[in-house]
Amino acid sequence: MTDNKELNSPGYEIPEDLQHAVSITTIDRLYNWGRRWSVWPMMFGLACCAIEMIAAQAARYDLARFGMEVMRPSPRQSDLMIVAGTVTKKMIPAIVRLYNQMPEPKYVVAMGACASGGGPFKEGYNVVAGVDKFVPVDVYIPGCPPTPQALTAGLMKLQEKIDKESIRKVRWYQKGADSVELPIPVLGPDLMDPRRYNEIKMLAAKPAEPATESKA
Amino acid sequence: MTTLVETETLDLAARFPGSAAADTRPGYSDWIVNKDKLVEVATTLRDEFGYDLLSHVTGVDYFPDKMEVVYEAFKTTGGPGVLFKVQVPRVDPIEVPSVTPIWPGAEFQEREIWDLYGIKFTNHPDLRRILMWEGFEGHPLRKDWHEPFYEEDFKPLKSRWPDGKYVSSEDKNPYKDNLQFPQNFDPEKVKIDGEAPLYDTLQKYTTVDGGIKTDHIIVNMGPQHPSTHGVFRAAVVLDGETIVSLKPVMGYLHRNHEKIGERNTFLQNMPYTDRLDYFNSMSNNWGYSLAVEKLMNIKVAERAEYLRVIMAELSRIQNHLILIGMLLNDLGAYFTPALYAFEERELILDIFEATSGTRMMCNYHRFGGVSRDLPEGVLEKIRGLVEDRLPRKADEFDRLLTENEIFISRMKGVKVMDAEDAVKYSITGPVLRAAGVPYDVRRAQPYGIYDRFDFDVALRHNGDLYDNYLIRLDEIRQSIRILQQAVKQMPEGPINSQKPQYQVRVPAGEAYGRIEAPKGELGYYVISTGKPNPWRYHVRAPSFINITALEKMCVGKKIADFVVILGVLDIVLGELDR
Ligand code: SF4
Repeated sequence: MTDNKELNSPGYEIPEDLQHAVSITTIDRLYNWGRRWSVWPMMFGLACCAIEMIAAQAARYDLARFGMEVMRPSPRQSDLMIVAGTVTKKMIPAIVRLYNQMPEPKYVVAMGACASGGGPFKEGYNVVAGVDKFVPVDVYIPGCPPTPQALTAGLMKLQEKIDKESIRKVRWYQKGADSVELPIPVLGPDLMDPRRYNEIKMLAAKPAEPATESKA
Repeated sequence: MTTLVETETLDLAARFPGSAAADTRPGYSDWIVNKDKLVEVATTLRDEFGYDLLSHVTGVDYFPDKMEVVYEAFKTTGGPGVLFKVQVPRVDPIEVPSVTPIWPGAEFQEREIWDLYGIKFTNHPDLRRILMWEGFEGHPLRKDWHEPFYEEDFKPLKSRWPDGKYVSSEDKNPYKDNLQFPQNFDPEKVKIDGEAPLYDTLQKYTTVDGGIKTDHIIVNMGPQHPSTHGVFRAAVVLDGETIVSLKPVMGYLHRNHEKIGERNTFLQNMPYTDRLDYFNSMSNNWGYSLAVEKLMNIKVAERAEYLRVIMAELSRIQNHLILIGMLLNDLGAYFTPALYAFEERELILDIFEATSGTRMMCNYHRFGGVSRDLPEGVLEKIRGLVEDRLPRKADEFDRLLTENEIFISRMKGVKVMDAEDAVKYSITGPVLRAAGVPYDVRRAQPYGIYDRFDFDVALRHNGDLYDNYLIRLDEIRQSIRILQQAVKQMPEGPINSQKPQYQVRVPAGEAYGRIEAPKGELGYYVISTGKPNPWRYHVRAPSFINITALEKMCVGKKIADFVVILGVLDIVLGELDR
């Protein structure tokens, strides 16, 4: 738990005998304080890194200390998507769909080398070189796999990020749609990102360059 | 159980004159069979010679002239296997008769070969792509198929070694991404429904009852589902809660191990094997080192043999504990039993971390030995675990779970597989032994120094969920027995019989190295051409092959049983999809 110091905004003198009963703070701080200690991750693992994510939940590392132990199997109830593992082309449509299904406020943590940039499997034909090609990432955690401590450190970074938000500026209280919806990639002869259709069409019309041609 | 020694010599050439010949390429062994006689030869091997367990089927692309399909079958009574190959010219359409009618366990493996090599299996019941999606362009394991980030056939890449003039892969690709499209491709014009072939194969039903038409209901479990242990998906047709038809869908974690493995040098593949069954990197390494050591024809240092056994058995214990914990999670006991399991796992990972430097991806084996010796004090820790703590904890799990009434009523009598079907479907590991077949590679064809230890092959007879749970406890106890002996007997000495080297010389030839991994028979089929890189690097993954019979196991049962069956099958996606 936090003590009142974290919430009290300076400038107002609170008499000592009232300090345990009264807090003077801003809405922003209260709001962020509430959210930073109850980030609910989605129960969603892709590969090896997910095992360390589970280990971080278990007794020795105990993410419950950060209010993050409530893993929700449904995206509708979660605030945080920890992309723990290798993102493949076959899987990315499902990941984007899950992201779309999460209500705001939502955050994404790329856990491990694979989720951050393809990792050891980057050259693979079915591998997406980093989940940030499709969904916006808030925190990247290096490692293969990152240790539970590293994951915890990454999540604390996310808490710092939450601390800096202001209720007046956050995107989910702005006019317009309630939540960010991303176009879902399509599986064709290769992975097709609807945002890039024109570019793909243009580049495919060019004669192939020697370095990248030759597909049997 | 003792190892049975081969008594009769198998001479396929004499049995099938003109249609089978010895494979005489240097470093190769066994038989090359005429394509037209394949089914007959396979039937004979199974029925007359008793090779009842088809271990693995895979393709090899001998670019530019031929393709080969390699089969290896073993006897469940033990002993060496028989390897036979079919060679076909490398001109499309490439066709080979399917052996699925003889060994149903070949079904998914043949689909994989179709997917990755484009070899059609005639008479196959359901030949669809399996790892990639329907509509994907090309067959990626062919040697002339290049991935978008292709740079060179073999590593070390010239751009990085020795000068290190590195250009990022994105900068070389016109799409600035891991993408490639056919010439003049227009994404807006394609209409690919990758799901249609899947739904077509599901058995659907409609009943008309008193004038009311009742339709089927299809439920897709996964790829994001808490009970599928990763990105596994099953499309299920339900009648109420009863499963009518089920098709596993995989490939959501297909990370192209084999393609990357064939570009890597031999040693570079070692850390990749860690990431197959990521619970057990310590035993994954072993199968691969066995195969390469066979090719190199080298001995393993004595102390290293013991270290390998110790690490592999510790790994098995934590694997089975986690399985039990997660199984209870699937059954609705939520996370508590898993917490107990993770507590022990952390202690075992401490040993791995102290020894290899990392908790999960240990990269511990080297050809001829292991990479590091035990640091000071670690042997005492291991001793404390295997003499005191782990036996106590195994009893504790036993006490907490085995007699639990709810647990028993969910588990007992729900049959997973009987012995006969399990063998037919090439199931290996604890699931096979729970069905009553005492087949354990550590005994059937001992590797390393397993012939020195006194232990029993864990065996149960009913093949139901409950036995599948009990056998895990049995195996934990047997592993503890092995560990107690190994810790006592381990000699001092060097940990590698070879000089440490980055580039090993591997003579041309083929080798199959297999071990009894916690999930079943894990094997590596490696072909060397004498160059620094393997020509073929194939992983026989137990998770992948055990899942072949999933539909058979589940049909007629409740949807809730499916979750538990999947739990005892102990799949891990890194290995299933590779
Ligand atoms: S970063 Fe490493 S440990 Fe994590 S998913 Fe990728 S390969 Fe596995």
